[in-house]
Formats: sequence, structure tokens, C-alpha cells
Amino acid sequence: MLEINNLHVKLEEEDKVILRGVDLKIGPGEVHAIMGPNGSGKSTLSYVLSGRDGYEVTEGSATLDGQELLEMEPEERAAAGLFLAFQYPVEIPGVGNMTFLRTAVNAQRKARGEDELSAGDFLKIVREKAKTLKIDAEMLKRPVNVGFSGGEKKRNEILQMAMLEPRMCILDETDSGLDVDAMKLVADGVNALRSAGRSFLVITHYQRLLDHIKPDVVHIMAAGRIIKTGGPELALEVESNGYADILNEVG
Amino acid sequence: MALPKAKEDALAARLAALTLPAGKGWLAALRSEALARLTAMGLPARRDEYWRYTDPTSLNVPEAPVAVRFEPGDEAEPFDGMDRLKIVFVDGVFDAAASDDLTLSGVTIERLSQTGGKDIHWAQGLYGQLETRGQTPVARPLAALNSAFATDGVLIHVTGRAAKPVSLIYVHQSDTSDAILHHCVKLEAGASLTLLENGPAAARFSNVLEVDIAEGAQFHHIRLQGRDHQRRAVTHLFARLGARSEMRSFTLTANGRLTRNEAVVELTGDEGRAHLAGATVGDGDFHHDDTVFVTHAAVACESRQVFKKVLMNGAVGVFQGKILVKPGAQKTDGYQISQSLLLDEDSQFLAKPELEIYADDVKCSHGSTSGAIDETALFYLQSRGIPRRRAQALLVLAFLAEAIQEIADEDIAEDIRGRLERWLARHGSNG
Repeated sequence: MLEINNLHVKLEEEDKVILRGVDLKIGPGEVHAIMGPNGSGKSTLSYVLSGRDGYEVTEGSATLDGQELLEMEPEERAAAGLFLAFQYPVEIPGVGNMTFLRTAVNAQRKARGEDELSAGDFLKIVREKAKTLKIDAEMLKRPVNVGFSGGEKKRNEILQMAMLEPRMCILDETDSGLDVDAMKLVADGVNALRSAGRSFLVITHYQRLLDHIKPDVVHIMAAGRIIKTGGPELALEVESNGYADILNEVG
Repeated sequence: MALPKAKEDALAARLAALTLPAGKGWLAALRSEALARLTAMGLPARRDEYWRYTDPTSLNVPEAPVAVRFEPGDEAEPFDGMDRLKIVFVDGVFDAAASDDLTLSGVTIERLSQTGGKDIHWAQGLYGQLETRGQTPVARPLAALNSAFATDGVLIHVTGRAAKPVSLIYVHQSDTSDAILHHCVKLEAGASLTLLENGPAAARFSNVLEVDIAEGAQFHHIRLQGRDHQRRAVTHLFARLGARSEMRSFTLTANGRLTRNEAVVELTGDEGRAHLAGATVGDGDFHHDDTVFVTHAAVACESRQVFKKVLMNGAVGVFQGKILVKPGAQKTDGYQISQSLLLDEDSQFLAKPELEIYADDVKCSHGSTSGAIDETALFYLQSRGIPRRRAQALLVLAFLAEAIQEIADEDIAEDIRGRLERWLARHGSNG
């Protein structure tokens, strides 16, 4: 599904190297987690994959189902099936959440050569999915993320994911700023989307999210590289001993 | 006081090319007075306080600069399909064949050129009168020129609820037309009217609208200034509001080489409400100036000024807006916002917000911002599969939303949103 080879990335404006040769391969239906200390390059990886400006890829590649992602516009990556749940979902005053969702769904359908959803069909689907995420009609009407609480913003991300049905989902610190109940709600939303044809890359600082979203593979990232890969037990190790041991062991 | 030589020369050149329309009735005297006002003021010049950001030369010169008419042809006329009374002017000349019969329940409509010769007329108390009041403290010589030389216009007397909107349609045909129209609207107590104006009108268009809104009356005004790229326009809206009356005025400007829209509004009765809004989109050789003066002269009135401009490829936007709260105008609620969205580094927004307050129990706020499109928001939308252009259009419409919300009629607001969206699709810059 997603294959990253020897990815090197630096900041465009300053001459600062962030990723120093990331290798990662995620198969269909798999859930991978990336953990790592602050500044290790986890969020940069998610931004580079989704096409945010400001980064320069100096070496390497990233493909989704064999298509080179790094040469595509962000919207083309989305249409190809990539989705990033933002760590800090963006507030967009003046654009209604519903208008936003419908524009996004139909833009992707159009890009894939499918018919646009009618207003009625769209409404039916969105209401159904919103209900399971406990997103009420009022939240759908409000401008995108404006005045939403931290938990509401993250739930709104998962709603977008549910509506867009991507094949490859990246969750960038989706647990940050959430209380236990909100985290459970978000995790349930993610778990409901797990399927044989859909893969996840879960970026997190803490093991607790992985209690709810069970990963198949856990990677530890530090200083712009993946330094260790293992099973779910690796996350538990980090939780009890911190990153220091692993860094020492590898370093 | 004598005018400076340059002003005197400019005025002499302009006046040499104009003739006071003949006639002996009520209008003739008012025209002479207006000419006297103009002669005393001279034409505007770049050094005048309120013309620093806008060069008036092309509005002053005797001949209208050539402006090739623009044939959009790709979208329906504004207000198409709306039940309205149409009055059409082609290059400032009334087109009887294209216009509806001027009878409307609750309203009498006459043409200026046909009534000016009468001995007395209700419009005597209005024509040039609000314009005269509006000359202090800021001179508006082009309005006085209009009052002196207007060739036609409509005089609308509203005594009840107008059965349907009156729609003034300004067609631009000749590349050198120089149109001067002057309209008066008088709303009696409790009356209501929606006035629609649309079209580029002429190569150069001077338009004055004087509106007297009596107690409890309502005046809604929606104006679309056409899509001609080369036309020039100077417009003045003078309004006086009585107690508990309401006016809402919205202007959409897309294109046009030069536009100067002045609005001078005076709240003279308690609890009046005046809302002025404008949405402007300009690409390239485009200069758009909103100059607004709102006077609170009564208690507990509300005024809102909401002006938004989207500028690209060197387009220039100007906003000069003032709220004057006179002594005793307590409980005033004044709001003013002017914002521009600059889609590239070549475009420019010049703003001069002013507050002058002589009462102590008032709420007045003003804000002016100028900024680029929010790249983070743009990326967020794109990351959800929305193409960049469409994402940009969504953000631009969101930026303009506060101005469009000032339109009371939801169908018209929706139509205007559609026009803006199509304009943005045609002019999508930055990718």
C-alpha cells in the first residue's frame, strides 16, 4: 500500500534537515504506529506525505499503490486515497462544515470519474456517520472547526475520514488534547473504519492511544530515521522505560 | 476664496464642454445653485484630503476616456426572472422600448427630464438638497457637478409598500459615452422600497442618488456595477434617515478601471438603522474606492459599514470611512470594518478609517485589515481533495461572506455568491 524509501527532507526556508532516510512499508489492512520523542520528524513525515508546502525532498520516494506521491498536488494525493488527520485541525471561518464536506466528497468523486452525490444522498450518509461519532446537527452547520473544542475537532477529522473513505490514513497525534472519553470515541471511530483494504499510520507520543487502536507494527523514530521496529510490545517498552534506553541501545 | 490656478483651469476646461440643460422650472434654479457650489469648490485634485488615494483626473477631463464595452454573454443578467419594474438607460439615455410602464402600486415614478420644467414639484425639497448637506465637512464637487448637469434620472415617491422592486438598468453601448444621471427617492412614513441598480452605464458614469427616508420607512438598495473592464464611474449615495427607519445598501463591484463610490448617510431620527456594505473583486488594471461618511445625529441609532475587497495582479482598493457621532447622539452603535484580501504581492489596499465622537455613551468599533490568503487553510482544504482553485474560491467567498450577509433577500445573495464564484473561476490566479 504505502512504501517509503530512503526519504530525506529538509525545510525549504532554512537549511535544516528533518528526515534522514526514512524507510517504511505498510501492507493493505495493516495498522502501523510511529512513536518518538519531540522533534524526531514524525509530523514532518505526515506533512511531506500529504503535500504541505515548505519542505524539500532531497532524496528518496514515497508511493501509494505504486503511484509516486511526492510529485502530486495535495488534492491529487487525497484523490489517490491518502488522508491526513491533522494534529491541529484548521479553523475556517465562513465555510460551513457541511459545504466543506460535500465539496470534498464530490471533488474526490469527480477526480475518480464518479458521479457527484446528490444533496439528499449526501445528507443521509453524513447524518448517519456523524451520529456514530456523536457529532450533532449544530456542529455540521457551524463553520469548519470554528469554536469547536479539542475533542470536537478530532471527531470532525474522523468524520471527514469516514466520508472520504481513504485507503491510507495517517493520524498525526490524534490523541493530543483529548480526555479519556474523547480518545475512546475517536478510537472507536477509527476502529470502525478498519478493513482489509485500508491501512493506518498512527503517529503518537503515548502508548495509551494504542490501547484503543491496536497496531500490527510499531516503529520508533528519532533524529529523522526509524531506529527500531517491532510489535505492540515495543510501545509498552517505551511507556515503561521512556525513549532513552532505545536511543542508547541503537545509538 | 479664489481657487488655485490649476483647479480653475481644470474647471474651466470641464465647464466649456458642458451646457446647462435648458428649462425654466423648479429644476433650473437648483441646477444654477449646484453650478455655483461647484464653481466655488473646483474639481477634485490629488492634493485634496479625500482624493489622496484616488487620482480624479480621468473623472475631471472634459471628454470621457474611451472605454470599450464588454460583452459578458456567459451569464444571466442580474435580477433576471425577478418580478421588478425595469427602467433602462442606454449610455445615460432613457430607453422607453426596453423599459416597463412607470406605474406601480404604492409608488409614483417620474423622469427628471420630463418634470424639471414644472413650476413646483415634490423633488424640489430633495434634489441637490442632501447633496448640499453632504458637502460639509467634506467637499464632493463631482456630486455638485452631477446636480448641475444631470441629463435625466428618476424621481420616485413612495407612499406605501412598493408592490415590487424598481430596477434601474444601465446599459453601456458607446465607447465614448459620458452619462450623468441623478435620482431622488422619497419614502413617506412607513413606506418601503427596494431599489436595484445594475450595469456599467457608460464609458464614464456619474450617478447621484438622494434618498429621504421618513419615520419607520425602509429602503433596500442593491447595486451591481456590471462587468465592463474599462469603464469609469463616480457615484454618490446621499441618504437621510428618520426615526426608526432602516436602510440597507449593498454594492457588488467586479472589474472597472476606476470606481469611486461615495456614501453619505445621516441618521437624524432616533433608533434609525443604516447598513452599508460592499463586495469588490478586482484583477489587474482596477482601482476601486469606497468613501463613506456616516453621521449619527440622533439617539440609539445603529450603523454598519462592511466593505471587503479581493485584489489581484496589481489591483488597488481604497477605503475611507468615517463615523461621526454628534453631541447628544447617545446610545449610538456604530460598526465599521474594511478588509482586503490580496491574492498577490502586486496588489494594494489603502484604508483610512476615522471615528469622531462627541457623545459619551456610545459603542463604536472599527477595524481594517489587509492580508493574504490563509495558506494553512488552503492546504487543509486541498488535503481533503478540493482542487486549489476551488479551495481558494471557497476561502475568498468566506472572506466576502460578512458583506454579502448584509443583503436581506436570500435569493439575491445566492445569485451574487454565484457571480463571485464564477468570477473567481475565471480569474483564478496563484495556480
